[in-house]
Amino acid sequence: MSAPPVELTDLRKCYGDLAAVDNVSLTVRSGDVYGYLGPNGAGKTTSLRIMLGLISPTSGEVRLFGRDPVLDPVAALEGVAGFVEEPAFYPYLTGRSNLELLAALDGGTENGRIDEVLDVVKLRARAGDHVRGYSHGMRQRLGIAAALLRRPRLLLLDEPTTGLDPPGIRDMRALVRTLAAEGITVLLSSHLMVEVEQLCNRLAIIQRGQIRYEGTLAELLARSHGAYRLETTDDARALTVCGATSGIRDVRIDSGGIRFAAEPPAAAALSGELARAGIGILALVPGRADLEELFFEIVDPSGAGS
Amino acid sequence: MIARAYRWELRKLAAQKRAYVGLGAVLVAPLVLVAALQVQPPSPADTGLTFFVRSADASGFGVPLVLLLFASLWLFPLLAALVAGDIVACEDHNRTLKTILTRSAGRGTIFTAKVAAAFTYVVTALVMLTATGTLVGGLRSGLGPLPTFTTVVSAREAALLVVASVVVYAFPVLALTAIGVLLSTVARNSAAAVVGTLMVALGMQLTQIIPGLDRPGVQGWLLTPQLYAWITLFRRPLDRAPLEHAAWISLLYGVVALVIGWVHFIRRDVAG
Repeated sequence: MSAPPVELTDLRKCYGDLAAVDNVSLTVRSGDVYGYLGPNGAGKTTSLRIMLGLISPTSGEVRLFGRDPVLDPVAALEGVAGFVEEPAFYPYLTGRSNLELLAALDGGTENGRIDEVLDVVKLRARAGDHVRGYSHGMRQRLGIAAALLRRPRLLLLDEPTTGLDPPGIRDMRALVRTLAAEGITVLLSSHLMVEVEQLCNRLAIIQRGQIRYEGTLAELLARSHGAYRLETTDDARALTVCGATSGIRDVRIDSGGIRFAAEPPAAAALSGELARAGIGILALVPGRADLEELFFEIVDPSGAGS
Repeated sequence: MIARAYRWELRKLAAQKRAYVGLGAVLVAPLVLVAALQVQPPSPADTGLTFFVRSADASGFGVPLVLLLFASLWLFPLLAALVAGDIVACEDHNRTLKTILTRSAGRGTIFTAKVAAAFTYVVTALVMLTATGTLVGGLRSGLGPLPTFTTVVSAREAALLVVASVVVYAFPVLALTAIGVLLSTVARNSAAAVVGTLMVALGMQLTQIIPGLDRPGVQGWLLTPQLYAWITLFRRPLDRAPLEHAAWISLLYGVVALVIGWVHFIRRDVAG
């Protein structure tokens, strides 16, 4: 069996006493669009920098297709491309010249490849302009083009939609979908839950340098199975009834009403109890938590903010 | 791979205005010198003038030699600082190190290409200064025999002496360039590296007027006095010792600076 595109084992990076990445272990499998989800400052970019051989870990191991980017970045990055934070280019060179330079540093590229990747990111018409005149979105797209020049099997993208306007975000997400459909494994770092939910099949949630969840998106969303939302004519009394009814758990109230978890028979029994207590039921609907709710349950179960 | 990276370093230099400012200065300096000679030619009664100014008046071959003397004070330290001090730090400024270090060229390749490009620029400037000086000097005074400290040499021998002077002069200039690359690598800030390189050069020159540091035993170990080693070529019999000493001292400074810069560049975290 071939080595997975990305394998991190007990990865740790410390700056003084601060552990920016704290014993992170994860595996990105071939064909994954893998979301690396976490709030700003969680350690996503630091992890990506280690994967790209830009910084050395304090301890732990990184393997890209089985090779170590810390010991031999050139060999380990064969078939790997991407960028961390916003892509950076030489402002005094044109977009095309920047790509030519990067192609030269890759050992050259076949004729027409630069035009090909410029077409993919829809930048060919502006390729002759100096990068200093590019918008943020154009630089992001040029970053993707620079990555595609290498014909990667693995793309490491650090918040690729940050700073883009809504059409730019839509186009970038469509591009990631297209690349994934072509068989490129993608590791996508993001702090945007909706982005990960739309694009990724597997994900890791990182907070304060530590992995809080790793697995499939489907498994994570299945955690919300058995959740209900209840609206009544008297929520205060309904809360008491919920607390007294067998099989009703995790009861809480928010702006959308009362939320609880239960098996269907217990939820049915609750409706009877509410009726007997003379409390009108305005809504009792099975809830399906979205990734955002689950994310906050994982990183901030107390709701106190992290 | 190094050749490709080197060609691109040159293309990047060619796309930046600062490179042309330096080259423009080495083209203008000979014109200014010859214009000054034309306006106020040295007379035999002027005892304060250097020997080489009188030579420049007598033969066009003397003009590049006067330029080498004047350029030692600030022009070549400035040129070396401007380009070498910026060559790595500008990648930090543009945040492009992460872009080029995630391609298929190793860090060693990138560093070598940058050093080679900085050296190429400085040598190009030196050649341009010499060629322009010889050309405008020749136009004014002709390219005839050149007086030296001990004799008058033929035009052919004068041309060879000018070339040899430039080669000897290049040693300490390249060492200074290496120091600029080191500071550029370590400081990660162009302004600091450029000023730092200039300060190193000017600081060493200042020691020549500081009591206690102006002794030959101290000056012999400094880099900037080696910028004047080529003068010994114009004395007969030829004393090779100052030339060999300049080469060794330049090599010492240059190699130490490049080794430290290399190790730092290879090992550094690219977090910006």
